[in-house]
Amino acid sequence: MTATPVTAPASAPAISALGLRKSYGDKVVLDGIDLTIPEGTVFALLGPNGAGKTTTVQILSTLIAPDDGRAQVAGHDLARRPERVRAAIGVTGQFAAVDNLLTAEENLLLMADLRHLPRPEGRRRAAELLRRFDLTEAARKPVSTLSGGMRRKLDLAMTLVGDPRIIFLDEPTTGLDPRSRRTMWEIIRELVVDEGVTIFLTTQYLEEADQLADRIAVLDQGRLVAEGTSEELKRIVPGGHIRLRFATPGELDSAARHFGAAARDPEELTLRVPSDGGISTLRAVLDVLDAADVRAESLTVHTPDLDDVFLTLTGHGTPATATEMTR
Amino acid sequence: MSSLSYAAADSMTMLRRNLKHAMRYPSMTLSTVIMPVMMLLLFNYAFGGALGSGISGAPTGGGAYIDYVAPGIILMAATAGAVATAVGVCVDMTEGIVNRFRTMSISRAAFLTGHVVGSVIQTMIAIALVIGIALAIGFRPDASAVEWVAAIGLLGLLTLALTWLSAGMGLVAKTPESASNAPLPLTFLPFLGSAIVPTDSMPTGLRWFAEYQPFTPVIETLRGLLMGTGIGNSGYLALAWCVGLTLVGYLWARSAFGRTATL
Repeated sequence: MTATPVTAPASAPAISALGLRKSYGDKVVLDGIDLTIPEGTVFALLGPNGAGKTTTVQILSTLIAPDDGRAQVAGHDLARRPERVRAAIGVTGQFAAVDNLLTAEENLLLMADLRHLPRPEGRRRAAELLRRFDLTEAARKPVSTLSGGMRRKLDLAMTLVGDPRIIFLDEPTTGLDPRSRRTMWEIIRELVVDEGVTIFLTTQYLEEADQLADRIAVLDQGRLVAEGTSEELKRIVPGGHIRLRFATPGELDSAARHFGAAARDPEELTLRVPSDGGISTLRAVLDVLDAADVRAESLTVHTPDLDDVFLTLTGHGTPATATEMTR
Repeated sequence: MSSLSYAAADSMTMLRRNLKHAMRYPSMTLSTVIMPVMMLLLFNYAFGGALGSGISGAPTGGGAYIDYVAPGIILMAATAGAVATAVGVCVDMTEGIVNRFRTMSISRAAFLTGHVVGSVIQTMIAIALVIGIALAIGFRPDASAVEWVAAIGLLGLLTLALTWLSAGMGLVAKTPESASNAPLPLTFLPFLGSAIVPTDSMPTGLRWFAEYQPFTPVIETLRGLLMGTGIGNSGYLALAWCVGLTLVGYLWARSAFGRTATL
C-alpha cells in the first residue's frame, strides 16, 4: 500500500501528444512527435539548435497551433480548452520573459495580479519567491540592471507565482555561467521534490538532462530518434574512453598487450581504453602502464556527450555545440 | 468572478503596467507634448503674421490667427500620441514578456486594451497641456461649458481611433524604428487639411483631397465648437470617421495580435 494522494486517475499523464507536426513553409520543423509524460516527473527533450525543441514547447504551451496531431496537457485538450491548459502551466523560455522597465518585485506582483491573487496574498508570495531565489537585494532594482543569471531566476520565479502544476523550461541554462547553471539545477530539483510538479525541460546539454531528468528524448530534425532514461541512452552511445598516445609503434604494441578491450590505432599511435571517466578507472590504467613499464606521451579522458549521442543515433554531429558540451 | 470582470481586472493590470512605464520613462510622452507645442509657437509667432493676413475673411471670425490655428494644433497633439503608441506596442512585442502573457490564462484583449487606454490617457494629458499653452499665448475661444465638453469628447474619440490604428501599426512593424515611421502620414494629414489654412486657398486637386480626408471635418467641428464658426455636416462626418477608424483600428490590431507569435 502506498500513501500517494489520489487527485487524478493514476493513469492520466501530465502531458501526452500524438503525431504533432509543424512546418513553416517548406521547412518541416516537427515531423510527428509522440510523447507521454507521467505526472510528477522530469522529462528532458534533448537536441541541437534547430531540432524543433522550442517549437514543441510553443505548441504544448498554447503559443502556436500544430498543423496536425493532438495533445493533452494537464488533462485538457490543447486545441479545445487552451484556457484550461494555460491555467495549469507555467513557461520559462530561453530568453528571459521579464518586464525590463519594472523592478524585480513589480514583475512578481504583475504576475500575482494576472493570476488574480488577492493583494496581500500576492505580496506575500512575491516576498517569499524573492527570498527563495536569493533576489531580495535586487527586489527594488530595475530588471534591466540585473545579471543574466538573476534575470533567469526572476523569470522562473515569475512562472512559479501561479503555482503551476506543469512547468515548461525551454533551455533554462543556455548562456548562463557554470555557477548560475548549478544554482538553476538546484532550484529545479527542489521544485520536483518539494512541490511534485511535472517538468518539461529542453536542453542542448546531455549533462543537464542527465542531472535533472527521469526520462530523456532525443530530438533530431523534427523526429524523436531515441527515448529512455539517461542510463539507457548512454548504453547506446559508444562509452567513454581514455585515449593514450605513444611515441613509437613498439610502445603502442606493448601497451596494447596489457589492455584487453582496448582499440589500437597504429597510424595515430593511440590506444582507446574503455572507461567510465571515474578516478579509479584512470588510476587503474596508470597502474597498468607503470607495471608494464611503458611510457605514454599523452593521456586524454573522453566522456560521452551530445555529439556522441548524435553521431550514434543520427550519423551526424552537432557542430555548434561540440565545444560547449564538455563543460 | 465572471470572465468579463476578469477581463476588466486584467486590462486594469496592464493599464497600470503601461502607466508605470510612462512615468518611469517619460521621454516618449514628452515628445508627444513638445511637437505640438513647437508647432503652436512656430505658427503663432513665426508664420502667424503672414498666414493670418493671407486668410482674412476666412472663417476665423476676423480674429487673430491663433484663434484659427489653435484647434488644428490641438488636434496634432492627438496625432503625435499615435507615434508613441506604435513605438510602445512594438517595443513591448519584441520583449519576451508578451509570450509569457500569451501562455497565461488572462484575457486576450487585456494586453492591447491596457496599451490603448494608457496611450489615450497620456495623449489627453498632452492635449490639455497644449490647450493650456494656447490659452496662455492668446487663444481666446468663445465656447460654452457644453461646447468644451463636446470638443474634449470629440478629441477623446479621435485619440481613441488613432490609438487603435497605431497599435495595429506597432503590431505589424518589424522594428521600433519602422513602428515610429508608420504613423507619420497621420501626423502629416492635418497639414493637408484645414488645420493651418482654409482648404479653399489650396489648388484644386489638393483641395479636393483636403475636403474629403478625415481630419478636415474633425478640425472644422472642433473649430466650430471652440470658436463658433459654422459646423454644418462636419459634425456627423467627424463622428462617422472617428467611429469608423476606431472599429477598423480595433479589428486590425486584434487580428494582428492574434497572428503574431514571435520566435
